[in-house]
Amino acid sequence: MRVDPAFGEDAPSTISDPGWANTAPPGFDAVAAPVHVAAPVIPGDAPAPVSARAPVGQNTLVDTLRALLPAHALLWRNEDTTPYECDGLTAYRERPLAVALPETEEQVSAILAACHRLGVPVVARGAGTGLSGGAMPHANGLTLSLAKFNKIVKVDTRARTATVQSGVRNLAISEAVASSGFYYAPDPSSQIACTIGGNVAENSGGVHCLKYGLTLHNVLQVRGFLADGSPATFGSLALDAPGLDLLAVVIGSEGMLAVVTEVVVKLTPKPQMARCIMASFDDVRRAGDAVAAIIANGLIPAGLEMMDKPMTAAVEAFVHAGYDLDAAAILLCESDGTPEEVQEEILRMEAVLVGAGATRLEISADEAQRLKFWSGRKNAFPASGRLSPDYMCMDSTIPRARLADMLLAIAEMEKKFDLRCCNVFHAGDGNLHPLILFDANEPSQLHRAEAFGAEILELSVAMGGTISGEHGVGAEKLNSMCVQFSETERAQMLALKTAFDPQGLLNPGKVIPTLSRCAEYGRMHVKRGVLAFPELERF
Amino acid sequence: MNDFLIGLAERVRQAVAAKAILHIRGGNTKTFMAGVLSDAATLDMRGYTGIVDYAPSELVITARAGTPLVELERVLAERGQCLPFDPPRFANAAGVLSGTVGGMVASGLAGPGRAAVGGVRDYVLGVLLLDGRGELMHFGGQVMKNVAGYDVSRLVAGSWGALGALCEVSLKVLPMPVASVTLRFDMRQAEALEHLHAWAGQPLPLNASVWWRDTLAVRLRGANAAVAAAVRRLGGEVIPDDLASAFWEGLRDQRDEFFLEARQAAEREKSALWRLSLPATTPVLPSFQDTLIEWGGAQRWVVAGAEDTLVTHRAERAGGSAFRVSGGVGDGAGYATPLAPALLAIHRRLRESFDPQGVFVPGRPMRF
Repeated sequence: MRVDPAFGEDAPSTISDPGWANTAPPGFDAVAAPVHVAAPVIPGDAPAPVSARAPVGQNTLVDTLRALLPAHALLWRNEDTTPYECDGLTAYRERPLAVALPETEEQVSAILAACHRLGVPVVARGAGTGLSGGAMPHANGLTLSLAKFNKIVKVDTRARTATVQSGVRNLAISEAVASSGFYYAPDPSSQIACTIGGNVAENSGGVHCLKYGLTLHNVLQVRGFLADGSPATFGSLALDAPGLDLLAVVIGSEGMLAVVTEVVVKLTPKPQMARCIMASFDDVRRAGDAVAAIIANGLIPAGLEMMDKPMTAAVEAFVHAGYDLDAAAILLCESDGTPEEVQEEILRMEAVLVGAGATRLEISADEAQRLKFWSGRKNAFPASGRLSPDYMCMDSTIPRARLADMLLAIAEMEKKFDLRCCNVFHAGDGNLHPLILFDANEPSQLHRAEAFGAEILELSVAMGGTISGEHGVGAEKLNSMCVQFSETERAQMLALKTAFDPQGLLNPGKVIPTLSRCAEYGRMHVKRGVLAFPELERF
Repeated sequence: MNDFLIGLAERVRQAVAAKAILHIRGGNTKTFMAGVLSDAATLDMRGYTGIVDYAPSELVITARAGTPLVELERVLAERGQCLPFDPPRFANAAGVLSGTVGGMVASGLAGPGRAAVGGVRDYVLGVLLLDGRGELMHFGGQVMKNVAGYDVSRLVAGSWGALGALCEVSLKVLPMPVASVTLRFDMRQAEALEHLHAWAGQPLPLNASVWWRDTLAVRLRGANAAVAAAVRRLGGEVIPDDLASAFWEGLRDQRDEFFLEARQAAEREKSALWRLSLPATTPVLPSFQDTLIEWGGAQRWVVAGAEDTLVTHRAERAGGSAFRVSGGVGDGAGYATPLAPALLAIHRRLRESFDPQGVFVPGRPMRF
């Protein structure tokens, strides 16, 4: 479950950063081979295939697809398919029968129709930066790479929309419209590499979602193909369309309902400026209360992030930004907009933070200082990588008011599992990223780290939260889905998939665990913050 | 579990056993759009009221479906918060604004703020749904970021009962804006649309707009400084606050002059009130009997012949859809724009998966 630091997590990106356009490595495009560090293999949690038909052999599949694709667009030799065996969650690996890299929508449709006829599972793939194994191949399936769909089809500044193919990188959209004064708001930290199609699959967030929304709130329409290869358009260029809002479920469906080839995104006018407050607290509970106080005072910061003391120490050693090493927790609170607006908001934020007991407070005087404040938060993952050979990143969301409770509970878990944990939070929306440090070479540590992570997820559900805020369920969190949803609810989700994909061929086995899997996992479904039958004693 | 919910679930199971059909009803304010089937029994949600949970610092409120929308908004206003998308509350026959929270989500209707702040589905975080088997299911939750499983809760927004009876809903709420100013301009339609497109592309606190009979009104909302700067920049005539808020409320609840006249016209003259949902930059459409434009051009209300196929044709050619709100003979309301066949098949299978026997009669916008 170790992730590549370069793609790791939601670091802030800035909309007014002049160097922003240069952050992508030269020549980097969302093509082919994913770049990932080696990682421990974590056993026992790979999804089970759901197809009831006898698997189709590689020869049959390759022969069929050869007739549909140019030779260079089809890979099946081991050395060619190995780079596709995992996504950003490198612990889970599987080699597909073949990888197709179609170049036209007609090819996508023909591939899907052929696989549908043969009963071959299809796993769509963007840049492979996902953190939950959503794009992990199916052993008896085809991996459908949309890397060649990398064209920006149309930018309409008057309508404030961009029509882009699904393999276009998130950041490339903002770069393409920057000169017109716009950007695409959702900014997952992998944005230099991740594709808009992947963002649609995961409903990706970022550090600005409290104010600017998730992928869901910034996409108007997606076009693509259903499992049988027939075309489908979800959403509309208007603000609503006849029928059920299928776009709302297609976004975040992790490639299980349709294959997306084109996305129409909303463009947002770039704010003129941003400023950031860095506030120290000598107590995590006071820091948590300060987060609640900001929101309760009617402020919606552009970004609101929190780091605990171990995390601060780790990042300070890494970036030397001058963080307060004595603080129990540090908050970063950002305002963006017109200069007058930012001035007004920063003053209000400052007053609330002082009132909430901040022990030290610094306001960025210029862009360089603002970026310096963010540098540590941005480097939380690589900094943790220096503390420990391996780490596991969790991604649950809890009500903001429980942030301090969660931090204190995690401190107890550190003793219980005898492992260290550093904490970074998207405090503004209650999304936690605890980083559990361990050494995979010691099998007992790996086992304890997994148990530690599962306990955080279960506590998150018990607090009224969710097991995944932005990384998705994929192959990784299937077991925890059994805790969050009842049997009936999971059955309904499987039925929803069947309504889109009756043969169950699109990315089968991900997101929704089977009944037997949950029975095997043996943990109880935790209902909305309370256990069922709390009066019963438990062992 | 709550007795009322147990009773509701029991009624659904009985209806399934008796092969009866149920019409889900809240405040009974949208019947003009939803329609009723005479042989359907009513599943009345008004007995299930109250705020289940509200923590202002979480920006989340959870309410039972039968809670009147005005009551929910009153509770939010006490803490300086609101539903920013201005859902219409609609008046019942007695003139009382009696729309419910459940009706708001089930219909998915939003008011003047929609284009700037998003619609109902953008604020739905979680639902408790009673399906067509009488099973209660939770989807989503009470937190802003949640990607565990498919986002069924947002699918319920605007589903008009096609997937089941909405029993509880958790909504994201926002602080009330610090400042709000309404500006009025004299402008022809084409000029108004051009200005709206240009303004929307700039970092201005533009929150709502309406054009009717050569008058454009825009509402600015946000920080004091931002609103003041925008007022200086845009010009126009500042409308006094009390007049402005009464005006936007009338528009929101579809009770202002335009809607009253449109409904009267619909009764008198075989014409109908149509709602066109269009890409905002659709040019001026050839004249109808009357036109009111909201959402920066994306929502156009027109009064035209009840059987006027040109209305639908123009909406569809522009990449949008046409919905007949009221007027016409027989059925009255409904989408004149059909679903694509591939989507229709998904709709039928989805509905069957939530309500295998078709015990719930969906509102007319969802009858395909």
